[in-house]
Amino acid sequence: MTNPLATIGRVFLNALAEIGRLSHFAAVAVMHIFMPPIYWRLALHQMWLIGYNSLPVVGLTALFTGAALAQQIFVGGSRFNAESVVPGVVVIAIVRELGPVLGGLMVAGRVSSAMAAELGTMRVTEQIDALTTLSTDPINYLVVPRLIAAVLTLPLLVLVANTIGVLGGFVIGTERLGLNSGTYLQVTTDFLEKADIVSSMVKAAVFGFVIALMGSYHGYNSRGGAQGVGKATTNAVVSAFIMILLANLIITVIVFGNQV
Amino acid sequence: MIKQTNITPMIQMDNVHKSFGTKHVLNGLNLTVQKGESVVIIGGSGTGKSVALKSILGILKPEQGSIKVDGREITTLSNRERKPVLAKIGMLFQGAALFDSIPVWQNVAFGLIQGEGMNKHDAREIAIEKLRRVGLTPDVGDLSPAELSGGMQKRVGLARAIASEPEIIFFDEPTTGLDPIMADVINDLIVECVQDLGATTLSITHDMASARKIADRIAMLYQGKIIWDGDKNEIDTSGNDYVDQFIHGRAQGPIEMQLLKP
Repeated sequence: MTNPLATIGRVFLNALAEIGRLSHFAAVAVMHIFMPPIYWRLALHQMWLIGYNSLPVVGLTALFTGAALAQQIFVGGSRFNAESVVPGVVVIAIVRELGPVLGGLMVAGRVSSAMAAELGTMRVTEQIDALTTLSTDPINYLVVPRLIAAVLTLPLLVLVANTIGVLGGFVIGTERLGLNSGTYLQVTTDFLEKADIVSSMVKAAVFGFVIALMGSYHGYNSRGGAQGVGKATTNAVVSAFIMILLANLIITVIVFGNQV
Repeated sequence: MIKQTNITPMIQMDNVHKSFGTKHVLNGLNLTVQKGESVVIIGGSGTGKSVALKSILGILKPEQGSIKVDGREITTLSNRERKPVLAKIGMLFQGAALFDSIPVWQNVAFGLIQGEGMNKHDAREIAIEKLRRVGLTPDVGDLSPAELSGGMQKRVGLARAIASEPEIIFFDEPTTGLDPIMADVINDLIVECVQDLGATTLSITHDMASARKIADRIAMLYQGKIIWDGDKNEIDTSGNDYVDQFIHGRAQGPIEMQLLKP
């Protein structure tokens, strides 16, 4: 006999406890960034894994999205004889929203899962405990390099994604929709503002933090063998997705909420 | 028996309590290990042996009680303050717990390079020497841990545990998962390495052959408490029904296996 109210209460309390544990883990991890040693070699290795290896998937995502976006804006805009808005809307949509969000989601799919699986396996095979016995702080050795690498790498990746996304729109716009290439580039640069690029980079850095935090948190705290590692991997990706979309909304409201 | 003089014990656990949720794993554990002594904790699965070791390392925090390592209370130390205490301790893990992302020699040298900041060249020399000490040739050093058999992984784990010449070594089920001959080889290696270093050791096992070989003293853990503690030669005449049941591996006796989850 389960009281439905008790079930609701339990779910709610569990969620609060999980938020508390995650916040505590995040606070400890951030504090350790300022507590040497920092393993720069490991951070560089992670930057390579996160950044360079994600380039193809992030680039293709941006290319196809930018191209599809240009096509849709053209169709929508032509109802009002407003085909000329294509370059402006494409660059704003890509730089402000789609570049960082889709880039972040793609990297989260690749990287949060890999981090959770690696740290989760290290946890269940006692490798994390072994670090402690070898006078090495596991947070410093495992979590801090991943956080630093993701926060520094995601803005670079998103910069590439933004460029390729705009390029995708440009290719469809000029090759298929008959827009003038010189005008297209002119309108693109006219519409783009410094605040757009800055907000895009800020979003990317925040998403990088979320990706590394979720991968590390779920991996570091995984329990119960192979099944536990599998669960940690899934939870890492799902929670990173949700957190990226939520963080995106919050940053968008803060940065652009007052512009009417 | 070792005389209880006023020499500081290497490890002293007093009335240690640790629970997970509603499950009380350690229930007032008392254990003292003198300098240079080898103590083996025996006990069935799930009696809290690993929890006891992890509490001494500070990986788990007991709710109550005191744990002193070489006279220093460790339950109240921060991670940073605990570092010099941990530097005195080496540990061989049950599954060896080798880092699979780096080659064998870097595993052995890990504490020297990361913990003590030794340069790689010197650390490699020491790692090769320690590998030789546990009966492995220098070329094993360049292999990845995944390429080694279980027995070889245990040897590498032992080499890593002794690499920084710790004063205290923990052995977590050192013979689990090995065939009886390899288990005996590992037991011999443990005894030799411990004698070389003059280290204090605390081991947990449920392998009685291993316990008899590596222990000076044996303590039996049951329901989170030490229920018997004595010289290893006294274990067959302990007069304790729980100990007798365990060392003879009988299904019938005062210890009831909980086959069903409560």
